[in-house]
Amino acid sequence: MSNQKVDLTRVKPYGDTLNDGMVQLSFTLPIPSGEEAQEAARRLALKMGIEEPSVVYSEDLGVGYTMFVVYGKCQHTVDYLNIEVPKVDVEVMDKYGVEGFIKENVKRDIVIVGACTGTDAHTVGIDAIMNMKGYDGHYGLERYKGIETHNLGSQVPNEDLVERAIELEADAIIVSQVVTQKDIHIPNLTQLVEILEAEGIRDRVVLVCGGPRIGHELAKELGYDAGFGRGTYAEHVASFIVKEMVDRKLV
Amino acid sequence: MESKLNLDKGLIEKARNSARSIAEDMQTFIDKHTTVTVERTVARLLGVDGVDDIEKPLPNVLVDHIKEGGGLSMGVAYWIGNAVANTGKTPQEIAEEVSIGELDIIKLPIVNGEKIREEINKLAVEMVKRIKKNRGTREDFINNIGEGTKPYLYVIVATGNIYEDVLQAQAAARQGADIIAVIRTTAQSLLDYVPYGATTEGFGGTYATQENFRIMRRALDEAGEEVGRYIRLCNYCSGLCMPEIAAMGAMERLDVMLNDALYGILFRDINMQRTLIDQFFSRVINGFAGIIINTGEDNYLTTADAVEEAHTVLASQFINEQFALKAGIPEEQMGLGHAFEINPNIENGFLWELAQAQMAREIFSRAPLKYMPPTKFKTGNIFKGHIQDALFNMVAIMTGQSLQLLGMLTEAIHTPFLHDRALSIENAKYIFGNMRNLGDEIEYKKGGIIQNRAAEVLGKSALMLEEIEKEGLFNIIEHGKLAGVKRSFNGGKGLDGVIVKDDKYFNPFIELMLGGEK
Repeated sequence: MSNQKVDLTRVKPYGDTLNDGMVQLSFTLPIPSGEEAQEAARRLALKMGIEEPSVVYSEDLGVGYTMFVVYGKCQHTVDYLNIEVPKVDVEVMDKYGVEGFIKENVKRDIVIVGACTGTDAHTVGIDAIMNMKGYDGHYGLERYKGIETHNLGSQVPNEDLVERAIELEADAIIVSQVVTQKDIHIPNLTQLVEILEAEGIRDRVVLVCGGPRIGHELAKELGYDAGFGRGTYAEHVASFIVKEMVDRKLV
Repeated sequence: MESKLNLDKGLIEKARNSARSIAEDMQTFIDKHTTVTVERTVARLLGVDGVDDIEKPLPNVLVDHIKEGGGLSMGVAYWIGNAVANTGKTPQEIAEEVSIGELDIIKLPIVNGEKIREEINKLAVEMVKRIKKNRGTREDFINNIGEGTKPYLYVIVATGNIYEDVLQAQAAARQGADIIAVIRTTAQSLLDYVPYGATTEGFGGTYATQENFRIMRRALDEAGEEVGRYIRLCNYCSGLCMPEIAAMGAMERLDVMLNDALYGILFRDINMQRTLIDQFFSRVINGFAGIIINTGEDNYLTTADAVEEAHTVLASQFINEQFALKAGIPEEQMGLGHAFEINPNIENGFLWELAQAQMAREIFSRAPLKYMPPTKFKTGNIFKGHIQDALFNMVAIMTGQSLQLLGMLTEAIHTPFLHDRALSIENAKYIFGNMRNLGDEIEYKKGGIIQNRAAEVLGKSALMLEEIEKEGLFNIIEHGKLAGVKRSFNGGKGLDGVIVKDDKYFNPFIELMLGGEK
């Protein structure tokens, strides 16, 4: 426990003393290295709301640009007590919990189809959730008893994904999007919802998306049942899917 | 080199023999077929370039025209040769006339076959000379201004805008990079044509076009002169246009190409027949042009587990080696790939990485091995990420890796910023300098963790190759035994571009490049 009482309505960064406001920054400015550059970095930090900024390091990056490391005291505070973040609202069960839940409440194997859709070729996320091995000691859905998985891999067109989902009578569709530069994922994710609606099966499936820069709020906005970001493991996705199926009477 | 791992030489020989017979089996299939991109490559090498009024590349226009006319099984060289003999025009002029509908080259009178070959040969020899000259220019450059020491520091640029890429690439060269790879825009691998001209828009990368190659080549030559080191340029010879990218790279003096025999099948769902045929011609060109190929075994480990599936990496290296030899690529140009992807929480994981890297070094003793950084277990914790990269760099310097694709502390966050790359180069330079000869001072304990791990991986790999040899590569892929990915013989993208060759078919470049003096 901390020595002093933290005022949760006025929270500041902590270095080694409560409310010292200490932050570290690093950034590059498109100017040649030198004393003027350091002064420029210091002034920029001041404008960011950093008090007593100290440029502790700077280095020429080779094209007349300079990188800086800066420390200083942040003068701003946030009210921690007034924060609401939309999250996937589900009690996470472990693998055995999910398996038991399926046995008891679904009473049949469920089918999950997943893919990295559109032009996205980064399967590391969908593989982490779906493949046998899973990720970092968390088994993937393929290993769950009572779940039949189909990982369609990378760059799957939305049309193909929907066609396969219909063919396999999928209970849930999970989509991974890693590349989010220039918001390329938005039209792609939207198109999938549109196709599912056009095929008249949107209500019959649990639809989930995920990726390092995908949040639950965005997912809901785009017409998904849930969105999972960084730090998601198979059990998070599985828990949501099985409970959603029961809640929506899709069993 | 004395073995530090006490590897079973007989077992290595056995694995290599299995891989050889797998490649030979495939070569019989490959030799009977051509593809649309192979033919477009021949057209490009005969001098066809540019686009029509709807931005369709002329090599595509010409090959589609011949395909629709039912003549592609004879090869584009046959038809161009015949058209040249009839009209006295250049292949470029012929392609232009075809594109505006002024010429139907299928309907021209057919001249004598020898005359056709003679016309084509004149043009082909000129192109082969140009490529050979590029090879000479590279060698001169290296002799005159020098090059970096191995492991070469290999970094990527990926802004989407070739001019922004130039800025980043030149900065990287000044910071110490030896190889610059321009990452392609996402999904270029699935385009069945190569875009044209300089490009400034891309997603997660920049289009590979011949003009972009030229712009970057010029920029790196400039930077190389300035820093006193030849800076190698790398691009991606994969996807549906493998041989065309190879041809463009050969013409514009690229130095390194990602070029895997199986990658497109497993990770891009490109049809297996198509990829195997395409990879052969692309490798013939890369081999002749003196380009170091990089194989993609690292990708196995982003899908499968680095501990359990380590033997599939070695098996794939054996197969890639044999396919490369078939295409005339010498060992010195075989950048066989592997990666540092074991979960950092595994006790003694570093020792297993050492075993794998040292094993690759000993089994492929003359190959410039390409070593890929940790990516799968990068979390967004940039501070830990920097240490993961440091361990990766240590394994590289201890085991004599050659092409070190530098890890970025911001992996899993964004494509590298200017200073991310600078920090990563600093990390590698520090470790490579500070531990330069550590590998020479170390022997591994007999029967210890490292030796045992290497023996286990080699053993499993030999077994796997034996199985592939017995079942045939196509069957193995159909059953999902490589990287856990199942692909069907007639599935995937690009199958409609595969054509059985006619008796009259010829591709002048295979003979000139494979058999020719380099």
